[in-house]
Amino acid sequence: MQRYLLHRLIVLGLSLAVASVAIFMVVELVPGDPASYMLGTGAQPETVAALRQQMGLDQPVALRYAHWIGAALTGDLGQSFTYKTPVAALILDRLQVSLPLALMALMLSVAIALPIGMFAAARNGRAGDTLVMGAAQIGISLPNFWFAMLLVLLFAVRLRWLPAGGFPGWGNPLAALKSLILPAVALALPQAAILARVLRSALVETLGQDYIRTARAKGLSRGQALRLHALRNALIPVVTILGMQFSFLLAGAIIIENVFYLPGLGRLIFQAITQRDLIVVQGAVLVLVAAVILVTFLVDLAYAAIDPRLRLK
Amino acid sequence: MRLSLALGLLLTGLAVLAAGLSFLWTPGDVTQLAIADKLLPPSGEHWLGTDQLGRDMLSMIMVGARTSIAVALVAVGIGMGLGVPLGLIAAAFQRSWLDEIIMRGNDLIFAFPSLVIAILITAAFGPSAVNAIIAIGIFNIPVFARITRGSALPIWTLDYIRAARVAGKGAARISLQHILPNIANILIVQGTIQFSLGILAEAGLSYVGLGAQPPTPSWGRMLAEAQTMISLAPHVAIVPGLAIVLTVLGLNLLGDGLRDALDPRLRGSR
Repeated sequence: MQRYLLHRLIVLGLSLAVASVAIFMVVELVPGDPASYMLGTGAQPETVAALRQQMGLDQPVALRYAHWIGAALTGDLGQSFTYKTPVAALILDRLQVSLPLALMALMLSVAIALPIGMFAAARNGRAGDTLVMGAAQIGISLPNFWFAMLLVLLFAVRLRWLPAGGFPGWGNPLAALKSLILPAVALALPQAAILARVLRSALVETLGQDYIRTARAKGLSRGQALRLHALRNALIPVVTILGMQFSFLLAGAIIIENVFYLPGLGRLIFQAITQRDLIVVQGAVLVLVAAVILVTFLVDLAYAAIDPRLRLK
Repeated sequence: MRLSLALGLLLTGLAVLAAGLSFLWTPGDVTQLAIADKLLPPSGEHWLGTDQLGRDMLSMIMVGARTSIAVALVAVGIGMGLGVPLGLIAAAFQRSWLDEIIMRGNDLIFAFPSLVIAILITAAFGPSAVNAIIAIGIFNIPVFARITRGSALPIWTLDYIRAARVAGKGAARISLQHILPNIANILIVQGTIQFSLGILAEAGLSYVGLGAQPPTPSWGRMLAEAQTMISLAPHVAIVPGLAIVLTVLGLNLLGDGLRDALDPRLRGSR
C-alpha cells in the first residue's frame, strides 16, 4: 500500500508540474500583446514598452514562468488587468458559484443514475431494461445547453417557478439555491444517463459471477444479491466515471454558465479570454486543472479502498 | 438486423443525406434574407418554419449538417490518425520508456478539461471551424491511443503473434498485419462514439461563438441566436436542438448496434 501511495504521489507531482508548464506555454501562444491591448490602438510605442516593462513582459519566458509558478505556490496568482483585483480572490469568488453548482449536479446525477442503473440491471434484457436504457440513450444525446434552454422555456418562461438566469449571491441562500436548480438539472441529466449505463453494464457483468450464483443458491433473492454483493463490486467503473464527471461539471459548466448568465469560474475564463486578461486565464485554468488532477489522484486512492486486491499490487 | 443498428443507420443516413443534398438543392436560399417572413411557424411552404431573418429553417438545418459532420469527421480522423499509431507503439513496446511517455502524455491531455482547452485554442488562433476541428481532434488522440493499447495488449500474448515473431517479423509489421486487423472492430465502434461526441462539442463551441463563423450556418450558432427568441417562437430553438439530438442519437445507436454485430461474444448476452 505504501509503495502504491508513493508511486501515485510521484505521478501526482509530475502531472502538476507538466500541466503548469503546458498552461503557461498555451497562454504564451495567444496572439496579441496584453500591454498594447490594454492601452488601445492609439497608444504610443514608448507607452506600450513602458507598460510591458512594468508588467515584466520583456523578461525571458523561463524567468517569467519561474516567477509565476513560485508566486502561485504561495497563493499569489497575480493581478487581473481588467478587474484590478488579485486573481486568487477573483477565482475564490467565482468558485462560490461553480463549486456548489458542480456538487449539486453531481449529487443529482448519482441520485438519478443509481436507482435507474440498478433497476435496468435487475431486469436485464426485459422490457423495463430496454425502456430505461432507451431513455438513457436519448439523455446521452442531449446537448446540455439545449436542454437548459428547454428547461428555461418550461419552468421560467411558461410556469414562472424558477428564475431564467442570473445569480443573486449567497446573502439570500434560498434565492441563490433556486437560481442554481435549473443549471444543475441541465448539467446532471446527460451525466446521469452516462452513469446509469455504466452502472448497469458493470452490475450485469458482476451478476454473472460465481459468487453471485453462490449467494443466490444459499437463498438470496436477485434483488438482495444485487444490493448486498454486486453493487459494491460494480463500483470501480462507477467511481472512475464519477471522478471524470466532477471535473467535467466543474469546468464543463462554461456553456451552461453562459446560458444562465451565472458568474462562475467557467464564465470567468471565457470572459477573460475575450478581454485578453491572460493572467486570469492562466490562474483559473491552473486551479481547474490542478483540481482535476487531484480528483483523479483521490479516485485512484478510492479504488484501493473499494478493492483491497489493488492495495497489494 | 438489430433494432438499434437499423435505427442508427436510418438517423445517421438522414443527417448525411441532408448534408449531401444541400450541396445540390435546398428548399430555400440560406443567404437570402426575408425579414417580412421572419419567425414563421412551420407550414406547408416552410416545413420547419423560418428564423429571425426569414430564412427557411429546413434549408438552414440541411446546410448546418455539413458543418457538424465535416468538423466531427475530420476531428475523428485526427484522433485516429495519431492516436492509433501511438497506441500500437505503446502496446508493441509495453512497459518500456516509450510506452510510459506515451501513456503519461495521454493522462496529461485527459487532465485538462477538454472544453477549457478547446476555448484556449480557438481563442489563441481565432474562432473558426478549422480551429474547432483541431481542438476536438486533440482530445480524440488519447481516447484512441488508450483503446488501441488496451485492446492490442492481450493480442500480443497470443500464440500466432509469437509464431510471427519467431518467423522474424518486426514489431511494426506485426502491429500492422496482425494487431490492427484484430482491433479494427473496436476502433470503428469507438470512432462512431467519438463522431457523436464531436458533433456535440462542435455545437457547444459554435453556441459560445467559437466554432464556424457567420454566414456559414451551424446548428450550435442557430441555437445561440434562437435563445432570446425562445418565448416568441419556440420552433427556432427546438428545431436545431432536435437535429443535434437525432444525429447524435443515431450515431450512438449505430455504435451500439455495430458493437453487437461485430463482436460475436456479445451476441445473446443482453
